[in-house]
Amino acid sequence: MSMAADERNGRAPWALAAPALMLFVGVLLIPLAMTVMLSFHDWGQYKGIEPVFILKNWREIATDPYYAEMFGRTFRIAILTTLLTALLGAPEAYILNRMDGRWKSFFLLIILGPLLISVVARTLGWALLFGGNNGLVNKLLMSAGVIRFPIPFMFTETGMVIALAHVMMPFMVLSVWAALQRLDPQIENAAMSLGAGPITTIRRIIMPQIMPGVLSGAIIVFSLSASAFATPAIIGGRRLKVAATLAYDEFLNTLNWPLGAAVATLLLVALVLIVVGSNALIERRYAEVFR
Amino acid sequence: MRRNGPLTLIFHTLFVIVMAAPILVVCLVAFTPEGFLSLPTNGFSLRWFRAIGNYPEFIHAFWVSLGLGALSSFLALLFAVPAALAIARYRFRGRDALAALFLSPLMIPHVVLGIAFLRFFTSAGLGGSFAALIIAHVIIVFPFALRLTLAAATGMDRTVEMAAVSLGAGGWTLFRRVTLPLILPGVISGWALAFIQSFDDLTMTVFLAAPGTETLPVRMFLYIQDNIDPLVTSVSACVIAVTMTALILLDRFYGLDRVLAGKGDTGR
Repeated sequence: MSMAADERNGRAPWALAAPALMLFVGVLLIPLAMTVMLSFHDWGQYKGIEPVFILKNWREIATDPYYAEMFGRTFRIAILTTLLTALLGAPEAYILNRMDGRWKSFFLLIILGPLLISVVARTLGWALLFGGNNGLVNKLLMSAGVIRFPIPFMFTETGMVIALAHVMMPFMVLSVWAALQRLDPQIENAAMSLGAGPITTIRRIIMPQIMPGVLSGAIIVFSLSASAFATPAIIGGRRLKVAATLAYDEFLNTLNWPLGAAVATLLLVALVLIVVGSNALIERRYAEVFR
Repeated sequence: MRRNGPLTLIFHTLFVIVMAAPILVVCLVAFTPEGFLSLPTNGFSLRWFRAIGNYPEFIHAFWVSLGLGALSSFLALLFAVPAALAIARYRFRGRDALAALFLSPLMIPHVVLGIAFLRFFTSAGLGGSFAALIIAHVIIVFPFALRLTLAAATGMDRTVEMAAVSLGAGGWTLFRRVTLPLILPGVISGWALAFIQSFDDLTMTVFLAAPGTETLPVRMFLYIQDNIDPLVTSVSACVIAVTMTALILLDRFYGLDRVLAGKGDTGR
């Protein structure tokens, strides 16, 4: 059989994609469905998991304020992380874009490289920098006169947001960077030649054009932060739980799998709704940019 | 005026320092001669790198991670290459849905995937096994393998294939002698990126790994949960070195921005 003949054959693409499709149905869709099912099962300390259909776990999550607090913390951390990456990452992408070729690729490697370095190693770095009241960051800030008393970073939400923002920063820079690549540098020059100052140019010309990049970066950062595990577990410790670390505890310590499955299902549904919803909003608002 | 002013350069410098600081501090502390966490102030020492040798569980975990990464990335490509050819070359109903399904592991939180796989493989009697880890990793690295293969297959010059067909090549020969060599750079980069993703994954793997099948990130995470000492920094420094090597190779052969931005995406 030749490739040219394949293209007229309606079954050829399905034949090519069939192995991957079967793999995804068998080992992705079925396990996900099983997890949703699991969240409706019963569980007891001595009887284990009982395959019945009840709303016990869902009712517990809905009524127990512990879960409201935990999900509140999860999304608060995700929002603050997203804001921090946008406020710092977008200007940095703009600065990078104006650099000369060789410097540009060097700094791009430094900023994007961490994306591929183990999250455990990067978070460990922050744990070392924060390290109690006489950590390096506090020593530096105090000797610079920025603060008078050490700020507690370990086991606090502040520390979690800073470390998470560092972990997520490359996604924001990449996203804004991609938007800047589509930007015609002549427009900036045109604005200048018409008498616009640097601030006006940035506010009126650059900002509107990179906004879609900032927003799609924000969606990625938000969804990854809300479901982050390693950083909250190491910096937050055992007390400050977020959705992912709580689900981990239910599965591997308490062994209440149905409750853990309900937490995970809720997280998944909430994130899918937020991501799909804001994607649709952004694409409608900036339809011309995506064309 | 396209130059960066002094204020922006100060911002840039601080930004780069903060981005590099946690990684640098891990690598520096790894060389401390002291028995506790400290920056090496009086001389560099390799004692904590030698100490890794006394912890066979780290060595074992390293080999598990290496084998898992290499094997699952290879298996993912076996599935991804034909799927990428189907998506790149044909316009058929359900094409977009298929692409979305294949890229969906990027969207689903890894903690949810970990739970789903734990439930699934435990029911299948494969809980804690290496086979379960391999299958789970094939799923999570699949999007990376697919994206880079897809980019190569989309940008490929089809006339070479047509010439081969006109000379009588068909089916398997055509794929092996013409198509595969043409998309090989994309396939290899896809393998490397998939390998890094597998090698670094903690969140999903932590649910599946059992004593004996613990990967390096899982072993490091469990170790950090108990205590943080210079040993785990020297292990981290080794991991960073492995990743940096793969990264520099990727950058040389393919371009890091292309790899990370995933150009040739199926979206839109």
